[in-house]
Amino acid sequence: MDINKNRNGEALEIALTGRLDTTTAPQLDEVIKSDLDGVSSLVFNLASLEYISSAGLRVLLSAQKVMNKQGQMVVRNVKDDIMEVFDITGFADILTIE
Amino acid sequence: MEFRTFTAEDEEYPEVCAYVEGWLEEHDCPMKAAMQLTVALEEIFVNIAHYAYPHPPGKMDLGLECEGNVIRMCFIDSGTPFDPLAKEDPDVTLSVEERGIGGLGIFMVKKTMDDVTYEFKDGKNILTLTKNI
Repeated sequence: MDINKNRNGEALEIALTGRLDTTTAPQLDEVIKSDLDGVSSLVFNLASLEYISSAGLRVLLSAQKVMNKQGQMVVRNVKDDIMEVFDITGFADILTIE
Repeated sequence: MEFRTFTAEDEEYPEVCAYVEGWLEEHDCPMKAAMQLTVALEEIFVNIAHYAYPHPPGKMDLGLECEGNVIRMCFIDSGTPFDPLAKEDPDVTLSVEERGIGGLGIFMVKKTMDDVTYEFKDGKNILTLTKNI
């Protein structure tokens, strides 16, 4: 998985490419833990995310919890297969998906 | 059903995943079902790797079968008896703050597969997933 970060003041966009699974989720978890200081607007661009499992959902959930305290989080460009996973798990309701 | 034995540990996951993805492609599995089967594979494999054996890693036999428009994926381990279907489903209507992180994996498996059966036989956990394609 590729993680592409684009910081602009208090805004951070994270674009994910590839697979967010058991082996790659820890990389994103690191980013969530280290790069969200001073961020009030977090955007996940999932246009090139091909796959997500519960390990990936966990990281998105912890990012959402952090951002609930310090700003807002938006998830963009979700592919159909990924959207289905969000629907089944109720994540479609707890994430702000545009 | 064709079986292959893997070591149940996280490091082995990419190999298991590549093997199953290749097999699904060979059997012309449609993309949506392939993704659901791959997610199911990851959830079950990781569960076995993390929880089945008191002293990990142990072994896991993975069986695959395609019969007409039905794909079966079977997981066999010799670890602690554990029926993942006995667990209560997580409440997927809870808010972000209330949401825990457990139980989502097996819940997704139950939701996306057409049938999931568990049996404990001859000292082995046998979990069989069935997907109509």
